[in-house]
Amino acid sequence: MALQSLDILRRSATTTPSPQAREAPAGEVAKLIDVSKCIGCKACQTACMEWNDLREEPGINVGVYDNPADLTENAWTVMRFSEYENTASGNLEWLIRKDGCMHCADPGCLKACPSPGAIVQYTNGIVDFHEENCIGCGYCVTGCPFNIPRISQKDHKAYKCTLCSDRVAVGLEPACVKTCPTGAITFGTKEGMRDQAEERIADLKERGFDKAGLYDPGGVGGTHVMYVLHHADQPSLYHGLPDDPRISPLVSVWKGVAKPLAMLAMGVAAIGSLFHYITMGPNEVSRELEDEMARENRRPPPPEDEP
Amino acid sequence: MRRDPSDLPRYTASERANHWIVGICFILLALSGLALFHPAFFPLTLLFGGGPWTRIVHPYVGLVMAVFFLAMALRFWRLNVIGPEDKAWLRQAGKMVGGDDHDMPAQGKYNGGQKLLFWGLVIGMFVIIPTGLVIWRAWWTPPVELVRAASLLHALAAVWMILLIIVHVYAAIWTRGTIRAMLYGTVTRAWAKQHHRAWYRKMTGDSR
Repeated sequence: MALQSLDILRRSATTTPSPQAREAPAGEVAKLIDVSKCIGCKACQTACMEWNDLREEPGINVGVYDNPADLTENAWTVMRFSEYENTASGNLEWLIRKDGCMHCADPGCLKACPSPGAIVQYTNGIVDFHEENCIGCGYCVTGCPFNIPRISQKDHKAYKCTLCSDRVAVGLEPACVKTCPTGAITFGTKEGMRDQAEERIADLKERGFDKAGLYDPGGVGGTHVMYVLHHADQPSLYHGLPDDPRISPLVSVWKGVAKPLAMLAMGVAAIGSLFHYITMGPNEVSRELEDEMARENRRPPPPEDEP
Repeated sequence: MRRDPSDLPRYTASERANHWIVGICFILLALSGLALFHPAFFPLTLLFGGGPWTRIVHPYVGLVMAVFFLAMALRFWRLNVIGPEDKAWLRQAGKMVGGDDHDMPAQGKYNGGQKLLFWGLVIGMFVIIPTGLVIWRAWWTPPVELVRAASLLHALAAVWMILLIIVHVYAAIWTRGTIRAMLYGTVTRAWAKQHHRAWYRKMTGDSR
């Protein structure tokens, strides 16, 4: 939900520029999630529900710590717990990742959305759903490489993390950042977060995680939620975080080249038909044949203006 | 109703009703589908009570069309089997489009172009119905990769069918004396002899 209206970089199903006179003064923002510092306490989940005034129905224990078991229209962030047997070190590692919208620079949801203004991307990089414009088609789900948007069964609108766009707009950090007790989640400019990640990665490398690195996947133009991973060479260890996320080529064709080509083909067919009629004239039944038939029936020929 | 006792019956009332149910569904589906396909057409959602209603109504109209298209295809498929005379006609179709139809090969109830259109629409329906069910997701959520493929195929099949229907409608307008066949069921003998000579002979016993 937006408070601003002058800083919209992109708007779904809109082919002209959106109001963007106001640029983010400090540049793009980013949330940095340092997986190596996360203790899986779920304070971020609680803070998210509290700030956004959402309550997920208590579910059932499915045998893992993930609770709720998946993202929902009420649970915009979920801690994902993965057990990883590291054969190199012989350690059993408990990898915990805070899952939620990655706020892609090239957002597949926005690209797929057919409803003007239902999804916007602010100049600060936040990708936001405007549910009042959402028609409930679920195209955003097909566009997302991270499996994030959820369609509510109650109102058939799509929901996901807003990166607390309402808080950020008034100079506050997202609720999950504010509440995180270990400082695993930090928020600032994208540049600042990259710098901070670099320090953390150097530290992790010093402590034996030589594959530590930053997750800011280029396939979606980079993201405004980034992870510091101890195993940055294998993101999928972290509960299936995509190794190389990108908008599906099927969606790119559907929402890209298919649209102008289809418009062109339909336009040529319709306008071509009109001009064929104008240049060739109608295909009338020949007068000769009509007269012949009329003679056979011993009746006068039909009037000329017959349809 | 025959306007002239010598007119030839071409479609029964039931066939005409079936055709127009499919036609009305097609127009509603094309308008609502285009609204969700390209932003330029999004204002068409207003015809259906807004975006959410367009999303809700479209698949149900699709189901109605699927049922009545199937009925129509079962009625007409035998008449649309393509034979050598159709291929001969299709080879000369360019001449007819250019305005000269004097020595086109004799055609039965349907000419080669109409038959191609029929099978083109059948193929379109074979793609558009299952893919539509996949992307509907009202009661069933298929794997997302399947939904992605279905979304693209659904759009391609829809454009394919819209193009065919533009040709279909234009051919009916261009060939004067045709639309009445689908409105009140009959055509003149002269029309039949000019455009569907083999059908004319069959209907009248006139072997010329």
